[in-house]
Amino acid sequence: MIDFFETLLNSSDVFLKAAQWTLALTVISIFIAVFIGLFFAFLKISNIKPLEWIANAYIYLVRGTPLIVQIFIFYYGLTEIWMINAFWSAALGLAFHNGAYIAEIFRGSIQSIGKGQSEAGRSLGMNRATTMRRIILPQALRRAMPPLGNQFIIGLKDSSLAAFIGVAELFGVSTTKGANTFDYMTWLLVGAIWYLILVFIVTLLMNVVEKKMAASD
Amino acid sequence: MGNNMIEVNKLNKYFGDLHVLKDIDFEVQEKEVVVLIGASGSGKSTLLRCLNFLEMKNSGEIFLWGDEVNPKKENLNQVRQKIGMVFQHFNLFPHKTVLENVIEAPTQVKKVAKSEAINEGNELLEKVGLGDKTDVYPSKLSGGQKQRVAIARSLAMKPEIMLFDEPTSALDPELVGEVLQTMKDLAHEGMTMVVVTHEMGFAREVADRVVYMHDGKIVESGAPNDIFENPREERTQAFLSSIL
Ligand SMILES: Nc1ncnc2c1ncn2[C@@H]1O[C@H](COP(=O)(O)OP(=O)(O)OP(=O)(O)O)[C@@H](O)[C@H]1O
Ligand SMILES: [Mg+2]
Repeated sequence: MIDFFETLLNSSDVFLKAAQWTLALTVISIFIAVFIGLFFAFLKISNIKPLEWIANAYIYLVRGTPLIVQIFIFYYGLTEIWMINAFWSAALGLAFHNGAYIAEIFRGSIQSIGKGQSEAGRSLGMNRATTMRRIILPQALRRAMPPLGNQFIIGLKDSSLAAFIGVAELFGVSTTKGANTFDYMTWLLVGAIWYLILVFIVTLLMNVVEKKMAASD
Repeated sequence: MGNNMIEVNKLNKYFGDLHVLKDIDFEVQEKEVVVLIGASGSGKSTLLRCLNFLEMKNSGEIFLWGDEVNPKKENLNQVRQKIGMVFQHFNLFPHKTVLENVIEAPTQVKKVAKSEAINEGNELLEKVGLGDKTDVYPSKLSGGQKQRVAIARSLAMKPEIMLFDEPTSALDPELVGEVLQTMKDLAHEGMTMVVVTHEMGFAREVADRVVYMHDGKIVESGAPNDIFENPREERTQAFLSSIL
């Protein structure tokens, strides 16, 4: 037990670096995914059939294939046509993946805002875009915060798959250490604790954000 | 009739196969207060919503200020700016404070300067008796207060007509009076109003004309006294005796 904590502490600089890669992957990919998600959510609620088909096809592609396959396709596909490194392939792969789930989150939250809200906006002379931007979206985004926070945590854990294309994030460093020392168990546990710490911090932050947004309730 | 603000000819509206408005002829003159009554499902809300194009007619003509409005050609957002609407369930913007609710449309649609909109907004809220509630969120208000904010929000666009769709139906009985009073004040200031309501006291006192609808048609229309004391049509009599 004491040995384990010593290992945890002594390796903290290496794992802190790895945790930064994990966080960077997650933050960048979810950030991009939010825009992808908004875009496809708008396509889905556009009431224009071809646009809805495009959104459905994208969501079906993401849901219908394993994330690790998506990441590998981004890695081998993109590195050939566009010189980008493993980190950015993983980030884009994760963004592509999370975008579909976030699109569904936004679609659901936008549609959950009652019709009365847009009618109130329209009856005041606001056009469709202004009503969406000023009335519907602020309420929908607020409602989307809990599932978005959830998706962030899923994304954080899923970023471990970037290890398979050589990104030195938490899981990658854990398995490398495990292989070098023939002691996988210890290093995987160390990695797991770092994930727990990150998730704990993210959960705290989400609570703060949700409290702030609840000001009008 | 030169001063018809609203004139509707042979208006028909369907929801799928359901024929909801049947050859409606209807007009409202400047400064007139028209109260629409009728049983549930008779098409009162639909008629009101056709007037500001929240619902699109299937056939017929709608003239506003003497000009026919063609929804395909006209900018309906501009038309709606001149027609305020108050809903049964208030539909205040819950993420905005009372004052923000009121200044939203003037600043976003008419591009009124914010300071000017705030001044006017404060005045309007004062007028509806909510000068002390400007900075609270709608969730903190009673139903009657919410509806008065909704009225102020509509008035902030300086509409020439106000449409009310059962503005007091969702309120606790003790809160109905304050909203009706606000509407009476408006009527006395000369606002042109079309009001769907079950408040017959209000209709008697304030309406210039009462219109009775049944099954998508206008059955009878006249001065409140005539409608309430001497309804000509049997269906009107039956309806009135069912609610009075
Ligand atoms: N969006 C809609 N889609 C389908 N049917 C509708 C829709 N809106 C109204 N209807 C139907 O049209 C008919 C007239 O409805 P409307 O709401 O105009 O009646 P109303 O006179 O306002 O009744 P109430 O007193 O209950 O408000 C009803 O049969 C209603 O079910
Ligand atoms: Mg109705």
